[in-house]
Amino acid sequence: MTLTTATATPGPPVPGPVDAPLERLRAGRDFGPNVYSTIDVLWVLYDRILRITPQSVNDPDRDRFLLSKGHAVAGYYAVLAAKGFLPDDWLDDQGGPDSPLGDHPDRLLVPGVEIGSGSLGHGLGLGVGTALGLRAQGRTTPRVYVLLGDAELDEGSNHEAIAYAGATGLANLTVIVLDNRSASHGWPGGAASRFTVNGWTAATVDGRDHDALHTALTGHDGRRPHLVVAVVTDRGRP
Amino acid sequence: MREAFVDTATRFLDDPRTTIVLADISAAAFAPAAARYPDRVLNVGIREQLMIGVAGGLALTGQRPIVHSYAPFLVERTYEQIKLDLDHQGVGAVLVSIGASYDRAAAGRTHLSPADVSLIDTLHGWTVHVPGHPDEVPELLRRAVCGQGSAYLRLSTQVNTRAYAGDGELVVVRDAGAGAALLVAVGPVLDAALAAVADRPVTVAYTHRPRPFDTAGLRALAGTEVILVEPYLAGTSTRVVSAALADRPHRLLSLGVGRAELRRYGSPEDHQRWHGLDPAGLRRSVDGFLQSAS
Repeated sequence: MTLTTATATPGPPVPGPVDAPLERLRAGRDFGPNVYSTIDVLWVLYDRILRITPQSVNDPDRDRFLLSKGHAVAGYYAVLAAKGFLPDDWLDDQGGPDSPLGDHPDRLLVPGVEIGSGSLGHGLGLGVGTALGLRAQGRTTPRVYVLLGDAELDEGSNHEAIAYAGATGLANLTVIVLDNRSASHGWPGGAASRFTVNGWTAATVDGRDHDALHTALTGHDGRRPHLVVAVVTDRGRP
Repeated sequence: MREAFVDTATRFLDDPRTTIVLADISAAAFAPAAARYPDRVLNVGIREQLMIGVAGGLALTGQRPIVHSYAPFLVERTYEQIKLDLDHQGVGAVLVSIGASYDRAAAGRTHLSPADVSLIDTLHGWTVHVPGHPDEVPELLRRAVCGQGSAYLRLSTQVNTRAYAGDGELVVVRDAGAGAALLVAVGPVLDAALAAVADRPVTVAYTHRPRPFDTAGLRALAGTEVILVEPYLAGTSTRVVSAALADRPHRLLSLGVGRAELRRYGSPEDHQRWHGLDPAGLRRSVDGFLQSAS
């Protein structure tokens, strides 16, 4: 699937520490807007929000980040490499016969990857189950973050999870919808309304603005699940 | 069997890892357990995709999920979630269904699930239990929940008159002596199979665990004629039996539920007869198979 965006303005440069690993991964190929649109929120999450390090990938009290839109994997690998979760030489030969880095991520192959994804609409159900498991174990510290795309919201499985998480006040769950306006039929009234009508808190911010992302990503109230819509309307890297 | 399952699963909640995931089906039966363990008896409503996704997420945190619903909704509707949210994530769960192939025959096609075991059988490493009696359920469930991998328990209102213990290795129920044909009955079809061949030279063996199939037991018991009788799609275990006997000349008759949609209601007994799984139907098939060899 090729994702296209509505406007033609170029995007900003990728965050500094991600640039080198992303270029090494790219190896002269063209990346689509789906890669570049997601890099800023991934970087803010790993740089400023998530309590997880390469040393704590098996700590039961770590924060969980679940990349549901598995096709946004290039920026994800680059951020993981920038943060030391995987060695830089893994970035060569993505998708090759001996590479652990596929065009969709596999949690059994890549340290720090919480779920294997690729088929849209699976990450949020897994995230709800993860949040429920942590709650059943009395772990109140870790938080579960799930990144979806606005087109991925088409999958009905998400709406099963949105309704249930809202109804049960699953307070340790944050969903990020990367809204690059790629849903074929759009979300009239905004993606956030699908969550808030089910009792979620929500913030819609510029998906390129790191401080705004940080504020939104820490804006949960501790009683309800939280949504951050990160809007990106440029077409990616200049 | 459902009552045996609810009682046993409720007892397993003593283990803090045990977590029961429901999608409204049997929620009333689990209500006392849910009142006592609200964080570990979870009813997600009529949301079967979420039910399996939640099980996968629970397992990722180290919980042991027991997931329960009506067979077509538990297995057929959620097949991709089973494949990706459990197997692809490298985690396991215990799936427990009711309804089987035609327990609620009058409900029609939507509630018939003859293909469930075939679908699970497309996956790798699953254990499948098909108990033939309510008394077999507690021990099979215990083995599944205490294990590490994924297991599917297929419960039914169709039952045999007696229960068989054991872990699923083939049990000889009727020994017709050396050289006799071997009939293997899986789960609740045993009584009909025994009645069908009561006066025929056929050894009858029973199992309530079609996966992994007891191939060593099969090789020890099988001569040149093997008859397989299963309470779900005919031929589901054919590949396993054929592979186990690949180095021997043999003939195999695989009986079970047919693929055609009958578009008829009626009772489970009616469907058993229409699919040739009643004693008279099985006898006709077995006689034809044995006569064709002579």
